[in-house]
Amino acid sequence: MVEAVWLIPAFPLAGFLLLLLAGPKLGEPRAGWLATGAMLGSFVSSLVVFFGLVGEDEHHRQYVQTLFEWVPAGDFQVDIGFLVDPLSVTMTMFITGVGALIHLYSIGYMHGDPKFSKFFLYLNLFAFSMLMLVLGDNMLLTFLGWEGVGACSYFLIAFWFTDEANASAGKKAFVTNRIGDWGFMVAMFLTFTTIGSIQYVDIFAADAGLAESTATAITILLLVGAAGKSAQIPLFVWLPDAMAGPTPVSALIHAATMVTSGVYLLTRMNGVIDVSASWAPTTIAWVGAATALFAATIAVAQNDIKKVLAYSTVSQLGYMFLAIGTGAYVAAIFHMITHAFFKALLFLGSGSVIHGMDDDQDMRHYGGLRKLMPITSITFIIGWLAIAGVPPFAGFWSKDEILVYAWNDSPALWAVGFITAILTAFYMSRQVFMTFFGRYRFADVRAEEIEELAATKVQAAEAAVSEAEAGIGDAEAAVVKATEKLEKAQEKLVTRETEMADVDPADEKAVDKATKNLDKARDGVDKARAAADEANAAVEAARDAVRTAQAQVATVAAASMSDASIDFDLFNAPNVGDLPEDDLPEAARARREYHPHESPWQMTLPLVVLAGAAIVAGVMNLPFTKDLHFLEHWLEPVLHESEATLSFKGGTKWVLGIIAVMGGLIGIAAAVAVYLQGRYPASKIERPILARGWRYDETISDFMGGPGRKSFDLVAWFDATFVDGAVNGVGRIVRDSGGQLRRLQSGLVRSYAAMVAVGAIALLVWFLSRANF
Amino acid sequence: MTGQTITFIIGALIVLTGGIGVVASKNPVHSALFLVQTLMGVALLFIVQEAHFLAAVQVVVYAGAIVILFLFVIMLLGVDKAEEWQLKEPIAGQQPLALVVGAALLGLGVVTTIIASDGLTGQVRGVGEKALTSDYTDIERIGRVLFSDYALSFEITAGLLTIAVIAAVVLTRSVAADDLLEDLEPDSMDVPAAAPFGSNDSDLVTSVSDTRHGDDDADEEVG
Amino acid sequence: MEVSTEWYLVLSAVLFSIGAVGLLIRRNPLVMFMCVELMLNAVNITFVAMGAELNDVGGQIAVFFVLVVAAVEVVVGLALVVAINRRRLGATADDVSVLRG
Repeated sequence: MVEAVWLIPAFPLAGFLLLLLAGPKLGEPRAGWLATGAMLGSFVSSLVVFFGLVGEDEHHRQYVQTLFEWVPAGDFQVDIGFLVDPLSVTMTMFITGVGALIHLYSIGYMHGDPKFSKFFLYLNLFAFSMLMLVLGDNMLLTFLGWEGVGACSYFLIAFWFTDEANASAGKKAFVTNRIGDWGFMVAMFLTFTTIGSIQYVDIFAADAGLAESTATAITILLLVGAAGKSAQIPLFVWLPDAMAGPTPVSALIHAATMVTSGVYLLTRMNGVIDVSASWAPTTIAWVGAATALFAATIAVAQNDIKKVLAYSTVSQLGYMFLAIGTGAYVAAIFHMITHAFFKALLFLGSGSVIHGMDDDQDMRHYGGLRKLMPITSITFIIGWLAIAGVPPFAGFWSKDEILVYAWNDSPALWAVGFITAILTAFYMSRQVFMTFFGRYRFADVRAEEIEELAATKVQAAEAAVSEAEAGIGDAEAAVVKATEKLEKAQEKLVTRETEMADVDPADEKAVDKATKNLDKARDGVDKARAAADEANAAVEAARDAVRTAQAQVATVAAASMSDASIDFDLFNAPNVGDLPEDDLPEAARARREYHPHESPWQMTLPLVVLAGAAIVAGVMNLPFTKDLHFLEHWLEPVLHESEATLSFKGGTKWVLGIIAVMGGLIGIAAAVAVYLQGRYPASKIERPILARGWRYDETISDFMGGPGRKSFDLVAWFDATFVDGAVNGVGRIVRDSGGQLRRLQSGLVRSYAAMVAVGAIALLVWFLSRANF
Repeated sequence: MTGQTITFIIGALIVLTGGIGVVASKNPVHSALFLVQTLMGVALLFIVQEAHFLAAVQVVVYAGAIVILFLFVIMLLGVDKAEEWQLKEPIAGQQPLALVVGAALLGLGVVTTIIASDGLTGQVRGVGEKALTSDYTDIERIGRVLFSDYALSFEITAGLLTIAVIAAVVLTRSVAADDLLEDLEPDSMDVPAAAPFGSNDSDLVTSVSDTRHGDDDADEEVG
Repeated sequence: MEVSTEWYLVLSAVLFSIGAVGLLIRRNPLVMFMCVELMLNAVNITFVAMGAELNDVGGQIAVFFVLVVAAVEVVVGLALVVAINRRRLGATADDVSVLRG
């Protein structure tokens, strides 16, 4: 039964290859079903292996299956093999189980996407890499999977790479992971140099004999690697940006599986950590605790539903590192499993909400979705209660274990963990209340829309002003013309009057003519004067029109100022001033018509399954009696006495447990006060510095863009000048010397003869100098 | 001063003056005649050293055949006009180098002779038939040794002579006039000759194209 | 003053160097050939002298072969000179420099 372990990664690998070859041909739902089927096959195989391992005797639960030789390089022998022991089997079960559910979910979520089959191809490749990471029997194979999941993370985050932001997020994830990978690699080299092998069975046998400094070095280097992969300080910056990928990716990779690799690695190497100097595990614990608190504070002020969950993941991973640092490996693994369930649930639930809200991810636009999306909301609430640490949901038991061991190690650590627990409950409740409870805010007019509308109106008014000013120009031109005509008419009058005066009074006809002309001229002058007056009046009217238009602009501007006072308000509908119904912005009108809907069964079924798991998973390691510590017994062969022992009895555990529950309830109550009842303004809590992540990202960018850039340029210059210069220089020397040497080949026989003669003389001299006469 | 010494000195003078004459003559025909003088001198020296057969062969083959061949070709090609010494040496550094080479060779030879002269006298290698002091006459001796110990080389030289005859016929066949050398001219290779240190005459670079005109004349003549 | 072998060797060296200088200086191919003949003759003198010194007929045999080879060489060389001079009259050794690098 245990021999079936090779099937576990083989299924997703087969799925990957099939999709690679025939993905587009299979088309929309079939490619997804194929991938999900592969994951289910893998899950069934892992169950088979699990039962096989359960059947073994407790002390023989370690089985190594070698497939073939991979690197036969003298002393360095690495094979492709699988290590089946309680830890790896546990991890494969929940990886494949949660993975299969997420594959099913993706069939519904990615419906209609043009790159449908490619998504599942990447997902299967990811599953394969993750399983190799977990099942590998040596560090190099783990590293293979480590790199593989990093690469798949890049592919999947940047899945919609046509948007620049998504592509950058993918790159950021990959590069940050790579920095951590350096730590892992050096740890691997160090292990090989000191122990002589990187196979886990050999490391387990030899780790007790390691020198303390070596073990410390390996531990810290592994911490660097794990910090990159599991998003701890200082390498967590990629995880919030990774939300640019599709939501199933966030659920699978950035909640349940890839980010747990760091925890897995440290747990695997627990023997080495045990032998290291005591400040090394303490460092791990403090890194975890600091990260947990740091991320929790940032999550409080995030408005994107996925970003809250991202920072929450960073925070919970911090808890796991805290557990490892205090020697509570069982608690770390326990929390990892329960976290996988409820975080995946929360992510998938948020995906369902996003899907139902027409791809809008801003929580300020949600509200009151409880009745509209019932299954999503119930499962999400279950996940919320789990993460907030409310018994009897799973998250409480695991988090409580961690806090107990933290108190065992140092009260300061416990305090940090406790405050983080309060914050966790607070921001998760905030998320639930903003999304599912309260007033339905989706159809509200938004401030930016009003501003846009006002801006359009002001623009129109200003256009009217310009038109009016153009009108003035026309009118003034008309005035000029009319004045000219008047002058002409007056000249004509004068001419006619002169004629009149000159005419012979005896000539009747002439007199008549002259009189008629004079009258005409007089009429003409009158008409012209009237026209000139009209034109002047028109100019005045045009000037008036301009003044009116300018006044209109002022009115509109003033009106828009008052309209722009639409601030986000959780409880009250926005005040749109005296804007008539028809004048609402288009987008707002479209949103009034939109009805949020529940998601299809492919998406809700996994939610239900995961919610069930989130409720009952606590059973794995209940703290009441020793007999219920199933997980602890199960993992004992792996942990080899590295597990810390509590220095106090059950009574203190009860007290700590109750305090933990109280902490969760305090957080929920605070959120109720702020977000359900409105007794305290939210803006006082959601400070801008928190929303910007304590400016951590910005500091890094500033440094890299400024002094960092200078040093990079320096290194690049050095490389181009010296390294490239040396290589190019060699080439140039060869070419130039060749160019010089070719001039010897002149084709002239006599110079050849001369060269032969010189050579012959040289040879003669040499021979004769060696002869002994 | 024995007779041998005097004969040697006379022979040496004939040889050397002939040699210098070959090198220094403006007219190739004069060079050929000076070559004959040298060859006669060498034959004289052979006789002094009791190599009578060789002396005869020297005169017959060298002076009587080879130099005649030279003269035939000189006359055939009409290069007997004394043009050469008027033109400047085109290859830079050739003449000084030649003098240096000559001086070096001379120096080497003389110095070696002087240094090694101790090892020269007294060693006797030849035995039996091969000894010069054997009872046979000169010709007999050469014949016996040539056809027994050096028979293979003899046969090879026979082959060599045959090849030479064939080569002479093949090389001097008439071929189509518009053939050969034009196709081989690499037009783009305008690198000045280093030869070995540079060139006095820039015409050397385009020497190939210059001779095209000569080519046309050749075509008309040969047809 | 007895004539010893060294005298012949020195004479040979002088003749050889004269031939070498001539070969490098002269441009007329036929005269260059004649200088080669000078060098060959110098070598012949050496061979005979050393044969006499060492009491071996091998020196004279060597001269015999040198003579044959010289004849062959002159035949082939002059055939070449004739062939070249067909193309371009008055060609010197410098004119045939087609095989340049």
